[in-house]
Amino acid sequence: MHSIDILRFNTSGSVDDGKSTLIGRLLYDSKSLMEDQIEALERSADITGGGQINLANLTDGLRAEREQGITIDVAYRYFATPRRKFIIADTPGHVQYTRNMVTGASSANLSIVLVDARAGVIEQSRRHTAIASLLRIPHLVVAVNKMDLVGWSEQRFQEIRDQFEQFLPRLDIKDVKFIPISALHGDNVVQPSKNAPWYLGPTLLAHLETVHIGSDWNLQGLRLPVQWVNRPNNPTDARLHDFRGFSGQIAGGIVRRGDKVLALPAGIVTTVREIHTFGGPVEEAFCPQSVTLVLEHDIDISRGNMIVGLDSLPSGSTELHAKVCWMHPRALQRGKKYLVKHTSHTVQAMVTEIEHRLDMETLEPQVAPAELGMNDLGEIRIRTAKPLFFDGYAANRMTGSFILIEPGSNATVGAGMLLPGSTPVKPEPSDFTI
Amino acid sequence: MSNYHLDHLQHLETEAIHIMREVAGEFERPALLFSGGKDSICLLRLAEKAFRPADLPMPLLNVDTGHHFPELNEFRDRRSSQLGAKLIVRKVEDAIAKGIAIAAPGEISRNKLQIPTLLAAIEEFRFDACIGGARRDEEKARAKERFFSFRDSFGQWDPKNQRPELWNLYNGRLNAGENMRVFPLSNWTEMDVWEYIRRENLEVPSIYFSHRRACVRRQGQWLPVNTLVPPRPGETVQELTVRVRTIGDIISTGCVESPATTFDDIIAEIAAARVTERGSRADDKASEAAMEDRKKQGYF
Repeated sequence: MHSIDILRFNTSGSVDDGKSTLIGRLLYDSKSLMEDQIEALERSADITGGGQINLANLTDGLRAEREQGITIDVAYRYFATPRRKFIIADTPGHVQYTRNMVTGASSANLSIVLVDARAGVIEQSRRHTAIASLLRIPHLVVAVNKMDLVGWSEQRFQEIRDQFEQFLPRLDIKDVKFIPISALHGDNVVQPSKNAPWYLGPTLLAHLETVHIGSDWNLQGLRLPVQWVNRPNNPTDARLHDFRGFSGQIAGGIVRRGDKVLALPAGIVTTVREIHTFGGPVEEAFCPQSVTLVLEHDIDISRGNMIVGLDSLPSGSTELHAKVCWMHPRALQRGKKYLVKHTSHTVQAMVTEIEHRLDMETLEPQVAPAELGMNDLGEIRIRTAKPLFFDGYAANRMTGSFILIEPGSNATVGAGMLLPGSTPVKPEPSDFTI
Repeated sequence: MSNYHLDHLQHLETEAIHIMREVAGEFERPALLFSGGKDSICLLRLAEKAFRPADLPMPLLNVDTGHHFPELNEFRDRRSSQLGAKLIVRKVEDAIAKGIAIAAPGEISRNKLQIPTLLAAIEEFRFDACIGGARRDEEKARAKERFFSFRDSFGQWDPKNQRPELWNLYNGRLNAGENMRVFPLSNWTEMDVWEYIRRENLEVPSIYFSHRRACVRRQGQWLPVNTLVPPRPGETVQELTVRVRTIGDIISTGCVESPATTFDDIIAEIAAARVTERGSRADDKASEAAMEDRKKQGYF
């Protein structure tokens, strides 16, 4: 059996741009629908569609909620082809647009921006692309939809491409693909279109199946945030009496048996004695595997601490500078206290400054706003009660991100992306190795 | 770089282990819901991977409706003791006797009565987190469920007021009396579950495999005949070669006719079912079959 991997992507947009139809088309044409889902489609076609199946009805549950005024949220959908498994973070909506898009984008490898070929690039296209860039999604697809309504005009497709390419250089997106489609009729979604002989590229699904995501994980600089200390109680196996392992998911880099590592915040250098897994010890492990490290020396390490490689050290500081997306009706204000959860570490923190708020119309920063409201993006400074060990978000999405939690309500109120720190940690001058 | 590559099951596995360890790290009194069904079998293996060589840092909890397949309970008990795990079973019957669970008049199913029984167990042991095997692909409403699903002090889920979940950062903070349901298999599909069981070579209850069983046809399903499901007048009992695709109570779990005796067979069956279910739309023949099935179900 050949090995297949997982691509996570997000789509976002308003009802009219054909997003629901596109997702429906992907699921339907890739034969990923269950019988009951197809029956539901047929039923609604019989009742309301005059026999025409409406692929947008696959997101019906969400629409019903919208009618009831329930906050729209991220829904996750799954489908597979023989080449890949796909997880779609489907973020409908004008309401809560930014918050949901940021949530869906946080774990995505790829983002699909839908553009209505008639309307061209609108504010929402720019906003979506800006968020994809902010969240450092490595791959972007601009799906120019409703091409049938502009007569499959190559010139129109090219105009939209040009509009995009005008603002793309200002953003941090490495890989952009433009695909002319008609989600309604299925052109270039799963099946190649006969209507656009001038388009020689892949269909959307073919692109999703083949886009290279192997290098999306960070393999530079070991980072192991400790989640749990593994200490067997009263083990029957005498060899386990002194077992003390540090369990976590590798958030960056590669660890090998015998590597020198630095334990933070202790600042002590030690050696990896064993990389323990359920299947037995291994010689090396890499991001994003979950492992348990046994170290040469008995160092006081607990949940929230981090084990890092000596070749590339993170920053360590109580002063953080970050881009944030605000997600709660109670606005973020200077001087307010929150909890920061960063990797496995939760600390108290205070907002010391709101530097700017991003104007979503112009994508220009407005300096020194009074507060950040729901769905605002901005840049802030935070002071934490204990130092965090982190990387800039651009270098590492796992050690460069955090959430803000409001004490009392325990609501998750904000999402943060750290800017690179200026003070790299230093190992203690003396270590155990004599 | 190709050496440093995880396939889809390894990806789902490391994500689920991460979540298990977050639960162990952030909660005082977690429990793992173990029924013996295929999803919770995966959960147990993931717990082993997350926590060995230590003991599992949480007991197993099962709500027994009294309508379980005997094969399921036998497996549940045996697997728990194999792992040296503490198994807590709370019975719907006892909850009924204590007045905690009250059956609706005429209602035979104990499906709904599991809820007060579970909530009573959560209160009894003051569990602050319960790990469950639910998956987002199971149904539409579940597609919006979180990994960490917050429940208020009445055990209620408020879909309007869910905590956003970003990256792999989960907010597990609770006030007194509140509770978290945690679903490490959120991103798994039915196919992933069986592929994982096959890869790990996990034991499953025998009823997942093909066996001979007396069944009656009712509401488009083959129901197993037993003391709780006696044949009704006019129904013909048939001895069939069947298996269960998903295990619920013995009174409501439909059996499917199947010759599957190995994991490979089951996986091939699910894959084939997808082709006929989904590929059927293009050709009339299968479309008729779909129509036939619909008529058999008779609800609509």
